[in-house]
Amino acid sequence: MEIAEGVRLVTFGILSVMMLGAALGVVLFANIVYSAFLLGGVFISMAGIYILLNADFVSAAQILVYVGAVNVLILFAIMLVNKREDFKPMKNAWIRQGSTAVVCAGLFALLSSVSIVTPWKISTTMPLTSTVVPIAKHFFTDFLLPFELASVLLLMSMIGAIVLARRDFMPDSAIVGTSTQDSLTLPERPRELVGIEK
Amino acid sequence: MNSGIDLQGTFIQSLSDFGISAELAKVLWMPFPMLLMIIGATVGVLVNVWLERKISAAVQQRIGPEYAGPLGVLQPVADGLKLVFKEDITPANADPILFTVGPILVVLPVFISYLIVPFGQNLVITNVNTGVFLWIALSSVVPIGLLMSGYASNNKYSLIGGLRAAAQSISYEIPLALSVLAIVLMSNSLSTIDIVHQQSGYGILSWNIWRQPVGFVIFWIAALAECERLPFDLPEAEEELVAGYQTEYSGMKFALFYIASYVNLVLSALLVAILYLGGWSSPVPIELISNVLGVDPTTSWVQVVDASLGITMTVLKAYFLVFLAILTRWTVPRVRIDQLLNLGWKFLLPISLANLLITAALKLAFPNAFGG
Repeated sequence: MEIAEGVRLVTFGILSVMMLGAALGVVLFANIVYSAFLLGGVFISMAGIYILLNADFVSAAQILVYVGAVNVLILFAIMLVNKREDFKPMKNAWIRQGSTAVVCAGLFALLSSVSIVTPWKISTTMPLTSTVVPIAKHFFTDFLLPFELASVLLLMSMIGAIVLARRDFMPDSAIVGTSTQDSLTLPERPRELVGIEK
Repeated sequence: MNSGIDLQGTFIQSLSDFGISAELAKVLWMPFPMLLMIIGATVGVLVNVWLERKISAAVQQRIGPEYAGPLGVLQPVADGLKLVFKEDITPANADPILFTVGPILVVLPVFISYLIVPFGQNLVITNVNTGVFLWIALSSVVPIGLLMSGYASNNKYSLIGGLRAAAQSISYEIPLALSVLAIVLMSNSLSTIDIVHQQSGYGILSWNIWRQPVGFVIFWIAALAECERLPFDLPEAEEELVAGYQTEYSGMKFALFYIASYVNLVLSALLVAILYLGGWSSPVPIELISNVLGVDPTTSWVQVVDASLGITMTVLKAYFLVFLAILTRWTVPRVRIDQLLNLGWKFLLPISLANLLITAALKLAFPNAFGG
């Protein structure tokens, strides 16, 4: 199995470099749009590492959820807001930057010492040919409660988003004096908040 | 059930006889199907462009391209050559890196998705377990490339086009995935090979289109929307947005968008053929024909005929759907953005959910007919 081992090692190296480089870019770029696009790169490299770990379904789900949905929504938010603001340079900015660097270096040292000291068990069982069925079995047996709770959480956030986004717009005939209206917004009916009647 | 011809096995076997290790032989084999698939997809684009020109001409009672080759078949080649020789312009205020990476990000996932398209039992690059799910995941990467090129062009039409493309693709991904899920429920597998196998047996009668008519319609509408074909081509609506996210592009970068949209159309048509129209199986099962003719289905020439018939069937079904898409494009007017989102969220989503629930119920009630 020499060729397969070699390919796996080289792929792991490339994916790690890609992931670390993209992650550093997310943090260090001043332009928020670059950061958002590089975040997609981080997610895709993570999906590649999942494939190396024989978790094909998890890797496809990672691409679908994180790249296809989360990252696209982040980009959407950035591009729709599009706020350009010049920040004033702060006094004594080096204190913040220095303390951040110290905290980050400490965390890095802690995590790397943990990962070196811990005696990792390497599984010797053969990788599963199909991961979908075992995942589904876990979802419906021992992980049923977290699974259902996560779906309830998603439902709550969805309803919340709908409540926030729903507006009643006035029909055209009802508008009389539009001169005070901001020219680029639709005339909107004043609306009481949902949760606080009585 | 015979497994048909196995080119990979034969290739590895014959190289092993020369003393090359089986692993190295597999590595040597790998580029061939990939190259073949990429060439096939690109030729598919050329055919598609020619079909588009000819069918649109027929719809409008014109003749269409006529002088470039017989019946104008060389017209798409001329189009491609023109794009190759055009100057590659980057606008002065555009972001040069994102401007270049955008079109690449649009093309790559579409070509990678050909990984899972089977043309026969062994005529597929790899039989991935996650199959169709991988395709759905990959197709969700495309809007990032569109947003990127829309933003990098530094042009309001491009930005609006990119945002529309992303919004459209997110909204239609959900009905698409739900209708695929109903199929997966029936065939107990995400692998495209297994999905085709589940439809073989009774020829045309066992195709999924009879068991999933609603799913078929939803999938086709959502696939058209994902490909940004008219009536859903809002991201590049030329009357409103010049050309949407492609406005600032020229030369080969524009050609990448062009290729991506047509490759995506062929890919969607191929997947409809695989998921609903029985993939490579012919309307009359090949075992039946060989039994009637009294030929043993395991003899080599029957298998060669079987394999070529499989490829022909897949391509024929796909191009029939491409024909329908082109006819739709030149017949139906474009929808408005609010109509598009209403159709996606208020009509297709509930119906596809109901379809999924009904499929699950039918599977429990009639396990024989709906894959127990």
